[in-house]
Amino acid sequence: MSAIRWRSRRGMLELDIVLAKFLDRHETRLSEDEVKAYLGLLEYPDAELWDIITGKGEPEEAEEALLELIRMN
Amino acid sequence: MEKRKFDVAIIGAGGAGMRAALQLSTAGYKVAVLSKVFPTRSHTVAAQGGITAALGNVTEDNWLWHMYDTVKGSDYLGDQDAIEYMCRMGPQVVYEMEHFGLPFSRLENGKIYQRPFGGQSRNFGGDQATRTCAAADRTGHAMLHTLYQRNIQAKTHFFVEFLAIDLVRDAEGRVQGVVALDMEKGEPLLVEARATLLATGGAGRIFQASTNAFINTGDGLGMASRAGIPLEDMEFWQFHPTGVMGAGVLISEGVRGEGGYLVNGAGERFMERYAPHARDLAGRDVVARAIAIEIHEGRGCGPRKDHVLLKLDHIGKDEILDKLPGIREIALKFAHVDPLEAPIPVVPTAHYMMGGIPTRYRGQVVVPARTGPEEAVPGLYAIGECACVSVHGANRLGGNSLLDLLVFGQAAAEHIVEFLKENPTSPPIRKEGPDLALARLARWERREGSERVADVYRDMQGIMQSHCGVFRRAEVLKEGIVKLEEARQRLDRAAIGDHSKVFNTARVEALELENLMEVAFATIRSAAARTESRGAHARDDYPERDDKNWLKHTLAHGDGTIDYKPVRLKPLSVPSFPPKTRTY
Repeated sequence: MSAIRWRSRRGMLELDIVLAKFLDRHETRLSEDEVKAYLGLLEYPDAELWDIITGKGEPEEAEEALLELIRMN
Repeated sequence: MEKRKFDVAIIGAGGAGMRAALQLSTAGYKVAVLSKVFPTRSHTVAAQGGITAALGNVTEDNWLWHMYDTVKGSDYLGDQDAIEYMCRMGPQVVYEMEHFGLPFSRLENGKIYQRPFGGQSRNFGGDQATRTCAAADRTGHAMLHTLYQRNIQAKTHFFVEFLAIDLVRDAEGRVQGVVALDMEKGEPLLVEARATLLATGGAGRIFQASTNAFINTGDGLGMASRAGIPLEDMEFWQFHPTGVMGAGVLISEGVRGEGGYLVNGAGERFMERYAPHARDLAGRDVVARAIAIEIHEGRGCGPRKDHVLLKLDHIGKDEILDKLPGIREIALKFAHVDPLEAPIPVVPTAHYMMGGIPTRYRGQVVVPARTGPEEAVPGLYAIGECACVSVHGANRLGGNSLLDLLVFGQAAAEHIVEFLKENPTSPPIRKEGPDLALARLARWERREGSERVADVYRDMQGIMQSHCGVFRRAEVLKEGIVKLEEARQRLDRAAIGDHSKVFNTARVEALELENLMEVAFATIRSAAARTESRGAHARDDYPERDDKNWLKHTLAHGDGTIDYKPVRLKPLSVPSFPPKTRTY
């Protein structure tokens, strides 16, 4: 267990569900760069992170590939 | 153990905790706010609908009408002094947030936008009122961010990713602070304070189907219960009528406020039968029970007839995208339907805890003592969802919880200022003060165990869902208590596999489950004891409200015993609203 698990605990159930599913599937396979990008995503406020995941926000380029994985869940 | 000293320790950084912190920091006190997650990720962020206050921006309004609606909505279990205080203070705390910079939506004339919500009436039960102030569908988010920014300016000290473990008390019961677990280091921290304020939010994770975020584990209630403080009215849980089938994710009442409505398997708009006047905007308990009855009697939708449909496509694409922008994404992601074209499958889902730590309307935690049923615990306060003040009684109205956070956040801060002036010093913490907390932490160092925390967690949620859900009946509740007792014994035998220090999530989840277990027991025992139906507590075997025997608050002690205390029917300055049959 790690900081990325804990910081995936959010104020919105929507994010809890989507991020937990993502971690269950991909946590052990993430590269160092992906972990870094993921921690970056977790810094967004809940509403903005939700917007980004649902395709309304404007993520950094480095986060795009990761977002695709998150959206697929 | 590392030790830090503050004037006030606030546990929880949601709307209530941060509203109180802001006031105390601004007044020059040294304030520590402990939060297990980053403050702006508290569950307040999920409050979509808005904050109810009688501003009268859309329709003529009066705080007394708001008070009437809240008393009636509470099914007359709410304390009328606290309700009067909250409704009277409503406009003031909303304007304060406006001045703090909360970006409310605006009417064309520039005034704060208000929308109609369930249970709101004009002139004591007349036409629908329009009373809930909104910042689009992100009022809670906007409130939390506004309060956090203000607290940073006011130099509130935040301990982020600290899980409070237990209260520290002296021999007489005065609360002197709290022991918390620094999750990053894995070490305990003693926070000494002259006043301690619990603002830890709800505990909706006791149920399998819940709209609550994973962090809502009743940590403050667990701490209070272990400190010998009974929990009040825990049988009253609000089931939100419209949680997305299967996921629990909430579809805001704002959808029905903007014209959405429910249909059953026959395509019938069934709320017309249950609440001819208010229809889909009747109180949440009324709508939730109506849905439960439709499903129970075989009129549900889908192949298993296990849900109903929330229809909103008739509102129109532009209106939906403008007024309810978040709803479409939620429906797409969790229900896999596009609400612009098709209705959303919904079921009643555990949403809000009306009960909690017993308090008076200025935030002081009160317990039964020789002198009466409401003796203040020196140095201890509670506000927000974790407290039972009680403004929501047996059923909360939508939009009243953000109001509750602000009004009682402010009221508690004011009382704490008086308390600090009267108590300029606190006796030193005795050696055994932190023992309760340290023993809890030590317990999870044990390596031998036959049970897994995750299994017990899941089973507890299943037991509460099937034995203490929307419909309740004696034999089902009794069986639930037996099963829950087994689950608790299994928790005693559980161990965690991970004993690392840094961000040990397994340990945190075990500690959270202990808190949930306290809440679950208080809930099911209180529900089994109350042989009437009132508000959200619906007994199949006792379908009527029974004011003669049950117009009283439940107090469930951690040792399993149950007490009662009278409802405060006398408001502060206006005549009482006597119990009447509740129809919408």
